[in-house]
Amino acid sequence: MQKIIIDPMTRIEGHLKIEVLLDDNNTIVDARSSGVLYRGIELILRGRDPRDAVRITQRVCGVCPVPHGTASALCLDSAFGIADKIPDNGRILRNLILGSEYVHNHILHFYHLCSLDYADIKRATNYTENDFDNLRRFLSGNQLSPFLPRYEGDYRLNDEDNKALLLHYLQAFQMRKKAHDMLSLFGGRTPIQAGIVAGGVTCTPTVDKIASFAWRAKELLQFIENAYIPDVIKVAKSYSDYFTIGIGCKRMLTFGFFDIGSEADYTKRERLLRQGSTDESLNYMPLDDLSNISESVRYSWYEEDGTASPKKDGAYSFIKAPRYKGLAHEVGPLARLLVNYASGNKAVVECLNAILSELPVGIDAMFSVMGRIIARAVEAKLIAEALVDWVYRLKPDEPAFIPYELPEEANGVGLVDAPRGCLAHFTKIERGTIANYSIISPTTWNASPMDDTNQHGAIEQALVGTKVRDPENPFEIVRIVRSFDPCLACAVHLVNLSDSKIEEVNLIG
Amino acid sequence: MVREDGEISVVWLQGATCTGCSISVLNAIYPSIANLLLEELVPGKHISLRFHMTLMAGSGEAVIEILNETKKELQKGYVLVMEGAIPTAADGLFCTIGEKDGKPITLKEHAAELAENAMAVIALGTCASFGGIPSGRPNPTGAMGIVEFMRLNGIDTPSVCVPGCPAHPDWFVGACAYIALFGLPKENQLDELGRLKLFYGKLIHDNCPRRGYFDTGRMAKEFGKEGCLYELGCKGYVTFSDCPLRKWNSGINWCIDNGHPCIGCCEPGFPDIMSPIYEPFSEERLPKLQIDEATGKLCHKMG
Repeated sequence: MQKIIIDPMTRIEGHLKIEVLLDDNNTIVDARSSGVLYRGIELILRGRDPRDAVRITQRVCGVCPVPHGTASALCLDSAFGIADKIPDNGRILRNLILGSEYVHNHILHFYHLCSLDYADIKRATNYTENDFDNLRRFLSGNQLSPFLPRYEGDYRLNDEDNKALLLHYLQAFQMRKKAHDMLSLFGGRTPIQAGIVAGGVTCTPTVDKIASFAWRAKELLQFIENAYIPDVIKVAKSYSDYFTIGIGCKRMLTFGFFDIGSEADYTKRERLLRQGSTDESLNYMPLDDLSNISESVRYSWYEEDGTASPKKDGAYSFIKAPRYKGLAHEVGPLARLLVNYASGNKAVVECLNAILSELPVGIDAMFSVMGRIIARAVEAKLIAEALVDWVYRLKPDEPAFIPYELPEEANGVGLVDAPRGCLAHFTKIERGTIANYSIISPTTWNASPMDDTNQHGAIEQALVGTKVRDPENPFEIVRIVRSFDPCLACAVHLVNLSDSKIEEVNLIG
Repeated sequence: MVREDGEISVVWLQGATCTGCSISVLNAIYPSIANLLLEELVPGKHISLRFHMTLMAGSGEAVIEILNETKKELQKGYVLVMEGAIPTAADGLFCTIGEKDGKPITLKEHAAELAENAMAVIALGTCASFGGIPSGRPNPTGAMGIVEFMRLNGIDTPSVCVPGCPAHPDWFVGACAYIALFGLPKENQLDELGRLKLFYGKLIHDNCPRRGYFDTGRMAKEFGKEGCLYELGCKGYVTFSDCPLRKWNSGINWCIDNGHPCIGCCEPGFPDIMSPIYEPFSEERLPKLQIDEATGKLCHKMG
């Protein structure tokens, strides 16, 4: 038995440690995913003005702050009794701000966090085209960080594809910045926008901003169609074995995203991509009562009452183990796409089938490293298209915000999907301040440790059974983990669900 | 600050952080992040980013080795960029990076060793500068900024604070360019909190485009309405930064132009002193810069 520990697991957000055990054939027989940073944001929220939550929870994660701001605003909307009263402008502006974040996130993930596992940056020393001048000069120097050291021995792209990917790696720095510029038109600034609040959005749309937003979205859509998706297909063709690596638990869960309707019950609200789950055979099931969500701390550094306990015996993570109907579920772009594919969402079925038709695989192969990477790209395209459409539905000079009374006592719940998957915020307001605030974030699902029944979390399940060709250069492990786009700052939270009594939370706002 | 070969070696350490400051720096325009990574920052001088968990290609033991090498081989020859606060409670176990002899290495240990051996420390963001969000009441992890941490541990490496939640990319790139061109900022270039006056020398209120509303008493009572945002909780009159002049994201917008009050994210005491975010300070709660008698440190205090 050989043990491989990867700590720090880089090119993700935050502090993650991965530990695996290999048998004599170098097949992973056990895997542990550990979140190794704890900040206690939910404790910091207690006793504050409820409205502060939208600003403070965004600081849970600087890579994807908008989903936290959105979930928090939805949570307060429901607590304040205005979930079904947000003006159309407010709903659309929230979608535009959140959608810009998605476009930024997916480009960042594929090019800057993930592509260096597939593209060979060292080969740029031989590329004489002008586009590679700065990279070539850099690589001919002595100091090669942050690009080296790296794992060696499995870079398979031909030179033409490798050049395309590296060129777009550099261009993508600019493109994701443009997505952020677009976000700030209505979000004020970013990272950590200043636009979304309980009741709507603080700005009112103007014609100049509408036109500016639309053309930026079109430019990003072009990059997604002409660079991102073709690059993903190139990688998928050269690394086609990764359609059978990192399969995982195959059970998918999503809260859906981008509000189209205004139903007060977020489990049933009409959204661009709908809520629900699928089982191992891709059977679609609508999202059930949230009381189906449970959490275990058997292997987490917490006591049963929720107190942080970093020296607890047998525990190995600051992440808890959430389960839906008692089972581990995968969340994120793949979950959203498969749930919507299985439930017959026409746009998703068409877009996904179009990509799969270029590859020698079917829908079953989506349960894999490559499946996750493809799902993210398909989603980026669907969102960028929607942004161009939505922005013209704004009505200048109409309000984007509805005033409300601050309640003395109330419960709230906010559900949305973040780039990395299901995000739920729960709050309990007493004497006008936050008595309890609880967040279940996407990576809590994906990177969770084992639960009370010793059932592994989604990433752990995706690792177990994988053969590592070269334990000195364990590409398989880092490619599997990065395909989930983990975000550890989000994942770590403390408050016991039972404290915030989700079963009592009134979903009807 | 710069070695003979023109190289400025940088170790970028992430502690109790949301990574927002790293992402913000990716939004740098001129120089762009690709310029910063691959080319010269100023003629003859380039940054060598030896360690950055979100961007670096390598993982695991090999990259921990880079930290060890840097400490040993580049004694006082590298810049430490600290992003995020340092959790000090529970022996520092609330944040660990890598392990040694089967035991996790705490961020606290990394920070102490890397700061001690660095020629300068840039505290990037409000968490690294002053503690920020993780140090908010009740500060569950004993989080503190690197400047305070160094003071408590008797580390006298010079430092520059670049606060903001997150920091503006220009503020960080500007601080780097300053160091590359002129060395560490002289005392008269910094304010009492160790921030470059160039960026943090002016009160937001003094340059606010809504100042005219304030002076004539026209107050916005609701989001989306004309008027000064004071009654909606704006903290621009106690916050020092050039946001109104520089703006954010390629100069497109900033909080107050978007109808959102300033939340005072560049100041020590954020978030506690600035809460409740959407209520104005009462006369008694108005924070003033004062010397904290216990720590000898300048900080915002109520009334």
